[in-house]
Amino acid sequence: MFSYLPHTDEEIKQMLADIGVESIDELFADIPEKIQFKDTLQLPKGKSEHEVYSRLEAMAKKNTQGVSFLGAGIYDHIIPSTVGAIMGRTEFATSYTPYQPEISQGVLQAIFEFQTLMNEITSLPVSNASLYDGHTAASEACALAVNSTRKTDTILYSGTIHPYTKEVLTTYFEDLGVKLVELPEKEGVLDAGSVKEYLTPQVAALLVQSPNIYGNLEDYTGIADILHENKSLFIISSNPMSLGVLKSQGEWGADIAIGDTQPFGLPAYYGGPTVGYIAASEKLLRKMPGRIVGQTVDEEGKRAYVLTLQAREQHIKRERATSNICSNQALAALGTTVYLSTVGKKGLEELSAQNMQKAHHLAEKLQKEAGLELLSNQPFFNEFTLKLPSEAAEVADKMEKEGIFAGVVLNKLDPSYPKDLLTVAVTEKRTAEEMEKYVRSIKGALK
Amino acid sequence: MSAGLQDTLIFERSREGRRGFRVPDLDVPAVDPKNMVGPQFLRVKETSLPEVSEVDVIRHYTRLSKKNYCIDLGFYPLGSCTMKYNPKINEETASMPGFSRLHPLQPQHTVQGILELMYELTQGLCEVTGMSWGTLQPFAGAHGEFTGMKFFKSYFKKRGETKRTKVLVPDSAHGTNPASAHISGFDVVELPSNEKGMVSIDELKKHLDENLAGIMLTNPNTLGIYEEDISEIAALVHEAGGLLYYDGANLNAVMGKSRPGDMGFDVVHLNLHKTFSTPHGGGGPGSGAVMVNKKLEPFLPAPAVRKRGDEYYLDHDIPDSMGRISGFYGNIGVLVRAYTYISTMGSDGLQRASELAVLNANYLKEKLKGRYYLPYDRTCKHEFVFSAQKMKDDYGVTALDVAKALLDFGVHAPTVYFPLVVHESMMIEPTETESKESLDNFIDIMKEIADLAEKDPEKLHEMPLTTPVRRVDQVQAAKHPVLRWQPEE
Repeated sequence: MFSYLPHTDEEIKQMLADIGVESIDELFADIPEKIQFKDTLQLPKGKSEHEVYSRLEAMAKKNTQGVSFLGAGIYDHIIPSTVGAIMGRTEFATSYTPYQPEISQGVLQAIFEFQTLMNEITSLPVSNASLYDGHTAASEACALAVNSTRKTDTILYSGTIHPYTKEVLTTYFEDLGVKLVELPEKEGVLDAGSVKEYLTPQVAALLVQSPNIYGNLEDYTGIADILHENKSLFIISSNPMSLGVLKSQGEWGADIAIGDTQPFGLPAYYGGPTVGYIAASEKLLRKMPGRIVGQTVDEEGKRAYVLTLQAREQHIKRERATSNICSNQALAALGTTVYLSTVGKKGLEELSAQNMQKAHHLAEKLQKEAGLELLSNQPFFNEFTLKLPSEAAEVADKMEKEGIFAGVVLNKLDPSYPKDLLTVAVTEKRTAEEMEKYVRSIKGALK
Repeated sequence: MSAGLQDTLIFERSREGRRGFRVPDLDVPAVDPKNMVGPQFLRVKETSLPEVSEVDVIRHYTRLSKKNYCIDLGFYPLGSCTMKYNPKINEETASMPGFSRLHPLQPQHTVQGILELMYELTQGLCEVTGMSWGTLQPFAGAHGEFTGMKFFKSYFKKRGETKRTKVLVPDSAHGTNPASAHISGFDVVELPSNEKGMVSIDELKKHLDENLAGIMLTNPNTLGIYEEDISEIAALVHEAGGLLYYDGANLNAVMGKSRPGDMGFDVVHLNLHKTFSTPHGGGGPGSGAVMVNKKLEPFLPAPAVRKRGDEYYLDHDIPDSMGRISGFYGNIGVLVRAYTYISTMGSDGLQRASELAVLNANYLKEKLKGRYYLPYDRTCKHEFVFSAQKMKDDYGVTALDVAKALLDFGVHAPTVYFPLVVHESMMIEPTETESKESLDNFIDIMKEIADLAEKDPEKLHEMPLTTPVRRVDQVQAAKHPVLRWQPEE
């Protein structure tokens, strides 16, 4: 018995008779004999809902949690109850891509609002309906840059971006004849002085990240002008939570803003689903990857929303399309939309400030009370990197036994980082008490 | 409730000073951010995020939800989309905090449960497809296609066969196939179908040279027809040194009946949001898991989920790996739902699902083919394609008109104008979760629309009449793009 298969034996008989065949097997007779699968799939037989739930519950219990100071792209933030309530609505969750706008105004309007929110956060005028995650968004942004600048074949990126972003870029571009060139870092930030040295007429764009992999903020004063004089584009990736108080990509003069909205209402969920965001200047609109929703009117002149500018997309362009993306992370993007609507203008400013205040509080305590050093003396948002007197992995292991996920061991992300670096993220969710415990624990671990 | 409130954007509900969320009181010293970083780092212009209450948020998005059709409301016969019922138990298991709160960089001994789930899911998908191992990382079908093409690239690079740059794609293929091959650095050659709607062996033979990288196929194809020559196609492509890629969009037709691995495919992408019942979410997140045979296993993207003794782990040490294709390990929330579905259905249920999906499709096809033109009249698998060309010629009623009329009758439209090989195409996929009454209801509606086409075609041009909005002006949307709400200056 299968609860999702409604057919009775009698109905199956009638249907077969109406079709004019004797058996269901006859409907599969067009599969050549030698490639018909005659065995039984080597999987357990079907089970009741209750048995399945118990099995999954047991699996979930095998995972353990600690007080999390982990970041590097995924953070432990407070999620307002409205987010789950709306994302759980079946009208949103169980609908398809809004190809029939007359019966999809709900999801279309929500995407239109998402686009507006991303425009507001990034200070750039054109956003799409979302991309997969922040790392693939970087690839799409670089492809957009190569496709919209003339005779270019080179992407410059800062050595301080997330190492996984570098790896994803390599996978995307290594077979396309696009050169990826890493710019050096200096004292934990991009060596801004090096940008001019690396600029050639072939450079499509410079990709940077702030807060960067160490958590440090980078000063991009003057960079946009240098790039634009060279007809190259400026791409800035940012943790959007920082943009409540910190300078937005548009304000730095970027042409393309990217990142991941996971901090905005999405659970960590072992890394996904999250939402890649992208926003760009007006002139890049026609080359923008992914879905875009536009406002229009219906036959009666009523305001309505619809997927638009589809001439960019692969179902029309096929192999001439510049991106193969034909979906978005719609339901997760809805989560972010509800999150930002709930926390609102003032709430985002407060949350953003609290992240900064708490991270600075812990960093200060670690320096004063535990005698620890930061990797560099740069400004930071909610993440900072400690240069420990011993291997970070060992310290983190010891602290984990006390229920604390101490931070990201950078050497584990990329073996080219020294082994003594630990990047610590502190969100608004961490309490003063948890930070006290952190300080005690790291002191013990370093003894 | 005024009509005005019904149609507002969240921004238009904003009132200065209104709050929808209380941030916990700060329990550390309240240093002003302005004193923590230099002025050049501070945001200059404040945002126009809405200022609304929690009540506003819930009412606004609940009202929006009411303007959306969904599978829980009714029939959704979108061809190639496999809009089957999304079981509720999947949502319950996916919301377990033991899964949802995990950070991707937690120590591996703290995530044994989720790794076990990912491992067993990979095993299960390999069994259904007849493949050797795979990756769950791709975020969507198109991302899976890209990953599949990267397997091709990595394989030929390793063999030093860098001249193999040609990928064959049938004219009936999904548009993402050629796009994915192109962005992976391949040249795409379109392969015309034969008169039976299948891959033409003669056409195929024209391209079996030293430049061939391989072929991307969907089987059953987008006409719902099983490629009966698939073994010969596979043999020819392999003899020519090429590889075969299986687009799993239509796997729902053949679970436990015929496996891509046995058909001769080297790489398979699956859409867990289609075949394995995870919700589409209005366009995502989905999962485009990719399975491969032994030959291509060395090129898996990093990291791969593996097991050593009783311990599950993420293997980053893959010397010939294609590299990293995403930040972390995929849309894990979707994987939990798919795993739940496979556990619930089991070997017997998955096979039964495919049998009934094919039964439902053939039933609809036979009951309606007298009224709608069926260009390829034969046993179909999980879907089939009608053409409205004759209806258009005789009465001026197009596939789009039929689609829009269906909305007034409370069912979703089929996929229209795809595949491109059929004019005025209407691609219908009922899935196994529709009951006979549901199908009979659809049959009655389709017949009524066919009657209307003859008697009152004008009315069909006007429909839908009862939906939240009428037909929308797509031309204006593209000509004068308004892509965001603008605050009043």
